This record gives sequence, structure tokens and C-alpha cells, in this order.
Amino acid sequence: MTTITENAIPEPRRGTSDAMIAFVIMTALLLIVPLTGVYPFFVMQALCFALLACAFNLLIGYGGLLSFGHAMFLGTAGYFTAHALKVWGFTPELGILIGTLGAAALGVITGLIAIRRQGIYFAMITLALSQLLYFVYLQTPFTHGEDGIQGIPQGFLFGIFNLSKPITLYYVILAGFLLGFLLIYRAINSPFGEVLKAIRENEPRAISLGYKTDQYKLLAYILSGTLAGFAGSLKVFVAQNASLTDVHWTMSGEIVLMTLVGGLGTIFGPVVGAFVIIAMQQYLAGFGQWVTVIQGAIFVICVLTFRRGVIGEIAHYFKRSL
Amino acid sequence: MGEICLTDEFILETHGLTKEFAGFFAVRDVNLKVKRGTIHALIGPNGAGKTTCFNLLTKFLKPSAGTILYKGQDITALAPADVARLGLVRSFQISAVFPHLTALENVRVALQRQHGASFDFWRSKSVLDQYNHRAEELLEDVGLSEFTKTPAVEMPYGRKRALEIATTLALDPEMMLLDEPMAGMGHEDIDKIAALIKRISAKYTILMVEHNLSVVSNLSDIITVLTRGKVLAEGSYADLTKDERVKEAYLGAGHG
Repeated sequence: MTTITENAIPEPRRGTSDAMIAFVIMTALLLIVPLTGVYPFFVMQALCFALLACAFNLLIGYGGLLSFGHAMFLGTAGYFTAHALKVWGFTPELGILIGTLGAAALGVITGLIAIRRQGIYFAMITLALSQLLYFVYLQTPFTHGEDGIQGIPQGFLFGIFNLSKPITLYYVILAGFLLGFLLIYRAINSPFGEVLKAIRENEPRAISLGYKTDQYKLLAYILSGTLAGFAGSLKVFVAQNASLTDVHWTMSGEIVLMTLVGGLGTIFGPVVGAFVIIAMQQYLAGFGQWVTVIQGAIFVICVLTFRRGVIGEIAHYFKRSL
Repeated sequence: MGEICLTDEFILETHGLTKEFAGFFAVRDVNLKVKRGTIHALIGPNGAGKTTCFNLLTKFLKPSAGTILYKGQDITALAPADVARLGLVRSFQISAVFPHLTALENVRVALQRQHGASFDFWRSKSVLDQYNHRAEELLEDVGLSEFTKTPAVEMPYGRKRALEIATTLALDPEMMLLDEPMAGMGHEDIDKIAALIKRISAKYTILMVEHNLSVVSNLSDIITVLTRGKVLAEGSYADLTKDERVKEAYLGAGHG
């Protein structure tokens, strides 16, 4: 195992009720956001990245696999959804479905290739595949290259919810985030999740018990990619565009950063990490290019001083599982 | 072809088993026959190829030449997980537990594999509670009742080995391959694990690699001595102690 995964938080013990309380608090906070005067666009964007980071965390935190190409799922789903909405005039729910299914298909194809290797080689293969896809999207006409797909109509979800109204959009995005989050939580705490953790902990032993570990890793990879794609589809409605930024390798790096800052292998860590990073980008925007430097510094400090991440350290201190 | 198990005297056989690492023969032309229902020990000085032999038998390494027959079936080309599914299950030299799972969960991972549902990511893991009873039985059987809820990483070393055996037994194997079950253990633990191995040997065939000769002499029905990748001698402990070649291999080279 890599040194990163050794810090993963142990299996929840009395964790279920702790996690439940934390979930209720998180949901309550997110529900009242529109009343607090916080810029809703910022929170919606952060929610999309939070779901993305949670999906990424499912793979590394519980499967022990570091993907350095998760932006490809975000970007692919974004392009698919944007194209379906704008060019084909699809309804939002169909657009989201197409984006998410696109990411799932991408997960199957890239997963079959990447899963054959472990550790740094797995990371490099996923990076290479995402770079390959970046150049495809740069060249294919439907993505409009450097311009991206702009001015995407938001439409009416299920024909009822007017997504061009910020408040409606906010609650729809929140619902999408919670749905994805709960799915990930369930996957982690399912019979499948148990095997996945066993494989992360001791793969040779899992093999000697008769588990074909590659199949489990592949399923984790596809699930993670699909949910990352779901986040990408939701993000289209917030940003109203789909651009190359979302498939670029620096985006993959940011996903890793969010998860590490929040706490690898914790349930709520990636959410916190995503909010911290997006808030920094938002509120430190005045520093211009220096944001990158500040982010880098925070990353170094995080790895050196609190390796478990924000939530990881809290959970460790209180001996809880969050 | 080999479902004529009842008449098969030998559960595991190798013919000309060889493993070459870039010109170095770690295992060379080994013909091993393990009798059903026995405790068979594989001994030899350091570097004799015992662990390599184990890795070949369980397919964690691919043989360079030779065949492996398990219950009369050629398993030479199978994947390690498939070998385990046939009932030939191994342990490891370094205790092989899942450190951050509790003892109960460790055993449950093994029980879960046989009963399916391991790919169900949409169901709650509470469906696994149905295996708790069987898992508790298995833990009790190896004397680990008090550790049920303890994460494996917090258990004493000797207890981890016992947990490993309980996990292996959960698969209901026909044959167990134990790689140095006593490695790194104190006297008290050795006696406990030895008694455990003796007891389970009533139901299972056991092939083990072990350095502790008093354990080997007490437990084994038959012993194969390996040196430099080759079989040097085979027989009961009493036979082997009289064998000059064995004495030389141990006293001359290994324990100089």
C-alpha cells in the first residue's frame, strides 16, 4: 500500500450514530444557506466539487487506488450534459442521465485498462488517459475547443422546477449532492464496501481467501467515475458552461488536494476539503496568481502537520469515525 | 477428471516443480506428495526454497516448469483466487489479517465470499449480520471469544495467528498451507497454536513450513527436507534424525 492510504481512518465502530448526527448537522446547515446571505453560486459550486471529492475518496480512501485523472469524468459528463441540453434540447433530467451514463461508460473503458496496475502506475495510467481525452476534447468540434459550450439553457427539471431561479436551482443541486453522498455512504457500508476495505488492508490475503480483487477494484472505479460524472452534470446547471478547465489535469490535482485537506478515507472530509478549497479560490481571488502559491503552501502544511486532514484529525482526536 | 477423491490417497502432488529466477533455481524438480489427512512439514535451512514452493503451490508465483495436481486436477494454470475457491487455502509468513477490521469482521470477510452478495454496493452491511453467529463460533473455536470486537491491529501477535487460522477455517477448506505458523512467537503462544493445529488436523490436510523443529517433531506425520531448492530427504522425524545428509545440511550449512 502507498503511504497515503496508511492514514486511512479505521472502520467505523460506534461510528454509525456519530455519522448520523454529523449528517443531520451538515444537511441542516446546507438547507438554511439561502437564508444566511452567503453567495449561493459559491455554495452550489462547492457542493458539486464536494460530491466529486467524495466520489474520488470512495476509490482512494476505501479502495486504496489513487486516480490522478478524475477530471476526465467531471469534464466528460459536463460536455455530454451541456451538448444534450443545448444542441438536442433535452430536458434537465435527461441531460443529467446522459452525462452520468457517459461517465459510467468512460469508467468501464478506462477502468479495464487502469485496474491492471497498482500504486504509482495506476495513478500514471489514469493521468495519461485523462490527458489523452483532454486532447480529444480540444480537437472535436462539439466541445468548441477553447471556447467551451457556453450559454446552456437550464430549463425545467421534471417539467416543474425552474432551474433558472437561483433558489430552486440551489435546492435541486443540494438534493443531487445529498443523493450522491448517501449512495457513496451506502457503498462504503455495504457488503461490497467490506470486501473493498479488506482488499485495501491486505490484498494478498483477500486473494488467498478466494476474492478476485481486480473485479472489486473495477467496480469501485466505475462507481467512483459514475458519481464524479454525476457531479459534473450537476455543475453544468450552476456554471452554465462546459469547458476544457474541467478536463485539465490541474483539476484532477485539485480533487486530490480537496480530499487530502478534508481527510482521506473519512466520510465528511472531502466535503469540508471541497468547501475550503473553493472558498479559498473565491475569497482569495484578489491575490490573483498568488492563490496557486497559497494553495500549494496549504497543501504542504497539511501533509506535514495534519496528515489525516481536517475531519481526519478531529475524528482521531475524539476517537470517532466521521 | 479427478472427482475420484475417495480413492485418491494423495490430495496434493507436484511433478518436476521448478522455479527459476534469472538463472537461479529457487525450486528445482520437486516431486511432492501430500497424503490426505496428514500434517506434512516442509523444512530446510534458510534459502532452501520453502516459501517459494508455497507460493508456487498457491499460484502466487508461476512455475517455470512442472505440474501441480490438487485432488487429481491440474491446477498449474489457475489464478490464486481460483485455487482458494477449490479449497486449498494458504496463510502467510507475516500474519495475514485485515488490521483495521475487528476479529469478527475479519472472519466475516471469509464467510461472505462463499455466500455471495459481495458485489452488492446498494445494500446495507447489516445483511452481513447473518454470518455473525458462525463467525463467533469460529472465533470461540480458536479461543478468541474475548476479542470479537477488537480490531485485529490491537491484538497480541499470537492471537493474530489464531485469528488467521479462524479466517481460513471459515472457508471450510480441504487443505491448509501454513507458512511458518510459529514465526516470531513466544513459548506460550507456540503451545497454543500447536495444539490448535493438531486439533484441526483431524478434519483438514495440512502442509506447513516451519523452522521450530520441536514443533515439527511433535506435529508432523511426514517431513520433507529441502536444500537449495531440491528435495534432500523425506520421512518421519525419527527417520530423518538418523539421516546423515539431513544432519549435515542443518548443522553444516544452516546452523554453523
